[in-house]
Amino acid sequence: MMIEESFVNGNSLIHRLNPVLKIGFAIIYSFVVAVSSKFPSLFAALFIALFLVILARLNPRKAAVRLAAVNGIIILFWFFLPFTFQGEALFHIGPFAVTRPGVIFAAGITLKANAILIAFIALVATMRVTTLGHALNSMLIPEKLVQFFLLTYRYLFVIQTEYQKLTRAVKVRGFRPGTNLHTYRTYAYLAGMLFVRASVRGERVYQAMLCRGFKGKFYSLHEYSISKADITCAVFMTAAIVILVVLEWTKII
Amino acid sequence: MDKDNLIINLTDISFSYPEGAPLLNNLSMQFYKGDRVGLIGPNGGGKTTLFHIIMGLLKPYSGKIEIFGKPVREEKDFRSVRQRIGLLFQDSDDQLFSPTVLEDVAFGPLNLGKSVDEAKVIARKNLDSLGLSGFEDRITYKLSGGEKRMVSLATVLAMEPEILLLDEPSAGLDENTRASLIKVLTGLDLSYILISHEMEFLDSTTTSVYIMKDGKVFMNGDRQIHRHYHIHPHSALPHRHESGFGKKYTDFLA
Ligand SMILES: Nc1ncnc2c1ncn2[C@@H]1O[C@H](COP(=O)(O)OP(=O)(O)O)[C@@H](O)[C@H]1O
Ligand SMILES: [Mg+2]
Repeated sequence: MMIEESFVNGNSLIHRLNPVLKIGFAIIYSFVVAVSSKFPSLFAALFIALFLVILARLNPRKAAVRLAAVNGIIILFWFFLPFTFQGEALFHIGPFAVTRPGVIFAAGITLKANAILIAFIALVATMRVTTLGHALNSMLIPEKLVQFFLLTYRYLFVIQTEYQKLTRAVKVRGFRPGTNLHTYRTYAYLAGMLFVRASVRGERVYQAMLCRGFKGKFYSLHEYSISKADITCAVFMTAAIVILVVLEWTKII
Repeated sequence: MDKDNLIINLTDISFSYPEGAPLLNNLSMQFYKGDRVGLIGPNGGGKTTLFHIIMGLLKPYSGKIEIFGKPVREEKDFRSVRQRIGLLFQDSDDQLFSPTVLEDVAFGPLNLGKSVDEAKVIARKNLDSLGLSGFEDRITYKLSGGEKRMVSLATVLAMEPEILLLDEPSAGLDENTRASLIKVLTGLDLSYILISHEMEFLDSTTTSVYIMKDGKVFMNGDRQIHRHYHIHPHSALPHRHESGFGKKYTDFLA
């Protein structure tokens, strides 16, 4: 499977929360963390995110796999950021100086990226994409965006199926990938066919929608009620944001 | 036949896909209220294309389309046609695009201006009548082929159309699903045109047959035709029939 919703099945407090609340908090939290630069606030943010993952009772191994992917990219930053900043040198590697501001900057990025990602795993990856789409719908996100989002998601699966059909078609005729021109050409054909099929499909789906009276507006069948747990969590989430803001922008500490 | 009941009237329709050979060639066809017509013809003969022209999804380069007694030409004209004629697509994956079954079936009614509650009621009613109660929250892309077909039919019926255009509804169905589809279709108070290659299926769901060949529709078929056709399925070679009914039409099938 290329596309999985590995974290949606669960019955934790986080899974049961109102999606609008989860998305709202995830957005505000990410924004605050993204503009923060002090270590106390960044560590607090990371702590909050980890706490959410614990509350959501996610499979730690799966969560770690997702984190590993992002941290693979972050490691690249560590290869050049510490060397490219001006400032006090901590130590030297050959002719290059590892500067203090460089290391601080790289550490800041690492913390931020991980905190935001962990929070998103806990809050957003725990809802079905469809729920997410509808929640965005009710948050007054432009209709076109939500529509685009839901349809893309739906067609990821169709494209995936088409992809499986195509790979099966080449496999049953004895195709074995290798490092040769034949392999590259076959892959190029596969990619081309996939693209063609997907766009033809998109066209027909639009026609099918027209046949059912589509005039450009999407309607959502869902309305979410607000539970006691939602209110309690909203209070804690607001407090968490306030703490982050205070740590970052006041001189208490 | 009586003019009042003439629902679809195509005159001299010609059509070809860009860079394709002419596919429909001065095609004329009439369809009357109450008719239950089977449309047969070779693969690639243009049956699906014909349906899409009736729905205004494709534009013929010449010819006249009259539906419900009015000429239809532009997108605006077809918009009201689409509320009264329901098209079941050949491939259910084209038809189902909402994440869940209930949302997909409610999509049409919502577009027609129904409230969320009304749309849900209509959707549930249609799912129930097709034996799909309990399917509301199923994920559309995870349904089996037969389930997808039945849900697609529910999405079309939820628009409360007067006429159905059914593009190979029986293709690839297992015995049970086919039987329930036959039961649903024969129980409906609707006129329809139904494309199928399966003679038994046509026999139990339609009362006459149109034959599509060489870019034209031949409408003289009656019940006996497809009985006849059934005896010679997939007949690719010209053949003659010396006795019995339908002699005239076998030429079309040859
Ligand atoms: N979008 C398209 N572009 C070009 N050619 C097409 C397209 N759709 C169908 N055709 C061609 O038009 C012919 C008729 O197709 P279709 O109407 O689907 O036939 P049928 O439903 O009778 O099998 C086929 O030869 C097909 O390849
Ligand atoms: Mg067809």
